[in-house]
Amino acid sequence: MQKSSLTLLFLVVLLMATVILACGVGAFPIAPATIARIVLRGVGLASTDGIPSEQEAVLWSIRLPRVLLAVVVGGGLGAAGAAMQALFRNPLADPSLTGVSGGAALAATSVIVMGASLLPGLAHILGVATLPLAAFGGGLAVSIFVYRLATRGGHTSIAALLLAGIALNALAEAGIGLFTFIASDEQLRNLTFWRLGSVAGATWPVIAVVAPAILLATGVLVAQARAYDALALGEAEARYLGVRVERIKSLTLVCCALAAGTAVAVSGMVLFVGLVAPHLVRLACGPAHRVVLPGGMLAGAILVVGADAVARTVAAPAELPLGVFTALIGVPFFIVLLLRQREAWNL
Amino acid sequence: MLAADHVSLKIDGARLVRKVSVQVQPGQVTAIMGPNGAGKSTLLRLLAGDVMPDTGNITFDGQPLENVSIIERARRRAVVPQRSSIAFGFSVLETVLIGRYPHGGDHARTTDIRIARHALTRAGVAQFESRLVPTLSGGELARVMLARALAQIDGNSGAAYLLLDELTAALDPAHQHHVLRLLRDMARENEVGVLVILHDLNLAARYADEIVFMRDGSVTARGSADEVLTPALIAATFDVEAVLVPHLSGSRPVIVVNG
Repeated sequence: MQKSSLTLLFLVVLLMATVILACGVGAFPIAPATIARIVLRGVGLASTDGIPSEQEAVLWSIRLPRVLLAVVVGGGLGAAGAAMQALFRNPLADPSLTGVSGGAALAATSVIVMGASLLPGLAHILGVATLPLAAFGGGLAVSIFVYRLATRGGHTSIAALLLAGIALNALAEAGIGLFTFIASDEQLRNLTFWRLGSVAGATWPVIAVVAPAILLATGVLVAQARAYDALALGEAEARYLGVRVERIKSLTLVCCALAAGTAVAVSGMVLFVGLVAPHLVRLACGPAHRVVLPGGMLAGAILVVGADAVARTVAAPAELPLGVFTALIGVPFFIVLLLRQREAWNL
Repeated sequence: MLAADHVSLKIDGARLVRKVSVQVQPGQVTAIMGPNGAGKSTLLRLLAGDVMPDTGNITFDGQPLENVSIIERARRRAVVPQRSSIAFGFSVLETVLIGRYPHGGDHARTTDIRIARHALTRAGVAQFESRLVPTLSGGELARVMLARALAQIDGNSGAAYLLLDELTAALDPAHQHHVLRLLRDMARENEVGVLVILHDLNLAARYADEIVFMRDGSVTARGSADEVLTPALIAATFDVEAVLVPHLSGSRPVIVVNG
C-alpha cells in the first residue's frame, strides 16, 4: 500500500481512538466498552442491560455532542488551513494568523451584542444558523481583503499576508473588547469564550447546523487537490496547465470562509489548528494535496478533540480554554516555520 | 501552427510589443533573441494565451486562440517561464507528474508515471527522481521544469508546442547543448513546434531553424542563422560589435562579440 493511503488510514484509526477516549474521560468516567454498547443501543443494535442510566445520559447529552463538535470544528479548521496554504503557496497561511477567524469572530460578536437592537426578528428567523452565517460573512470579507492585499500579479507577499493578519486580528480584538464593554451580563458570558475558544456549547441542534456546512466546504476543498498541486508551480503556470485559476481562487476563499467561519461561530477562536494540522501531514508523507487536504482535516479533528479533552480534565472541575492548548502546540510550530523561511522571504 | 499575426500589447501605457508576427511551426525550432526589455517574454506570454493582445490575432492550429479552451491548449502546448519553481517540498517525480494535469492523470496511474520517467530521462535528470525540488541547483531545476513540460505534451496525436523562456540561462555549456539538441530532436521526431528565448548567438546559430531578432517591442530581423547573424544586424539589434570568425573544423563561423 502507498505511504499516502497508509497515512490517511492511520489518521482515521487515530481519530476514532481519540474520540472514544475523549468520550470516556471526565468527572464521570465511562469505559470504552460501555461507550460502544451505549452507542450501539442508540442505533438499536444492542441492549443496555447493566449500564447505569446516568452514564447513558452523560454520553448522549454532554460528551458525544461535545466531542463530535470538536471533530467538526477541527476538521473544518484543518482543511481550511491546508487550502489557504495551497492558495498562498506558503505553509504559514492559516485562518487565525491571516485574520479570517478574527473577522468571523468580530462579525459573530457584533451580532450577539447589537443584533437584537439593530435587526430584531432576524435572529428569530435564522435561529441557530444566525451566528454561523454572520461569521461566514465576516470571514469571507476578511479572506477576500487579505487575498487582494497580499497577492499582486500572481505573486504572494507572505510579509503583507502576515502583516494584514496582525492588523485584522488587532481590529477584531479591539471590536470584541468594545463589545464586552457595552454587553449585558448574559452577553458577556457569551463573549468570553470567543477569545480562546471552547466547544462547551455543543448541542445536537448546533451540530445539525454546523456539520453539513463544514462537510460541504471541506468536500469542495478536497476535490480541488490536483489543481492545488498545479497551483504550487505558480498562478501563470497553473493556467498553462489548464487550471481555471480564477475559479479555484474564489472557490477556495468562499469555502475556507465557510469552514473556518462556521467553526469560529460555534467554538470561538481556536488558534493555530489550521497551521499545525496540514504541516504534520506534510512531514509524514510530503506535500501532495490529495493527502494534505483530507489528512489535514483528520489531523485537525484529532488535535481539537485531544486538546478539548485535556482542557476539561487537567484542572477539573475547572475548565481551561481550548485555545490555550492549541496555541501551546501551535506557537512553537509557527516559530520553527518562520525561522526556516526567514531567508527565502527576506523577513 | 501557433502563430501571432501583427500583435501589439500595451501595459500601463508602455508599448511592450508592437505589430509582431511570429510563427511556431511543428518540426521547427524558432529562437527569439534581443536585448533585455525587447518584449521577448511578453511575446511568449501572448502566444501562451496568458495575456490578450490589444490588436492582432493569435491562432492555434488555425483557430483563434480564445476559441480553444485552456484545457485543450494545455494538452498540446507547454510553457516554461523564466525562473520557474514550485512551492512546498515536492519531489522531482511528483513535479513532473503535475505536468500530466490536463490529461486527468492521477499520480497513481502507471501510464503517467511511465511518461514522467521518460521525460526525466530525456531531460537527463532521471537520477534526481526522488530528490526534493528545493535541494536542486538552478540548472537541475531548469531541466526538471523542461521534463515537466515534455510530460505535459506527451501522448498527443497531432502537433504540439513548447514555449521556453531563457531555459538554458542557468545551464553549463554541456547541458545547454544537450537541452537544445533535445529540443531540435523533439521538433524533428515528434512534430513539436519549439519557441525558445535565447541569449547565446552561437547556440541559436547551431540549433535554431529560424531566428527572430526583437528590439523595443518590434521585430528587427528574421530568417535563418546565415541571414540574421550578420555583424550589421547584430549591431542594429544589440548595440554591440560582432565579428564572424571561421571555425577551424570548417563548420559554421563563430560569432565573437567585442562589446
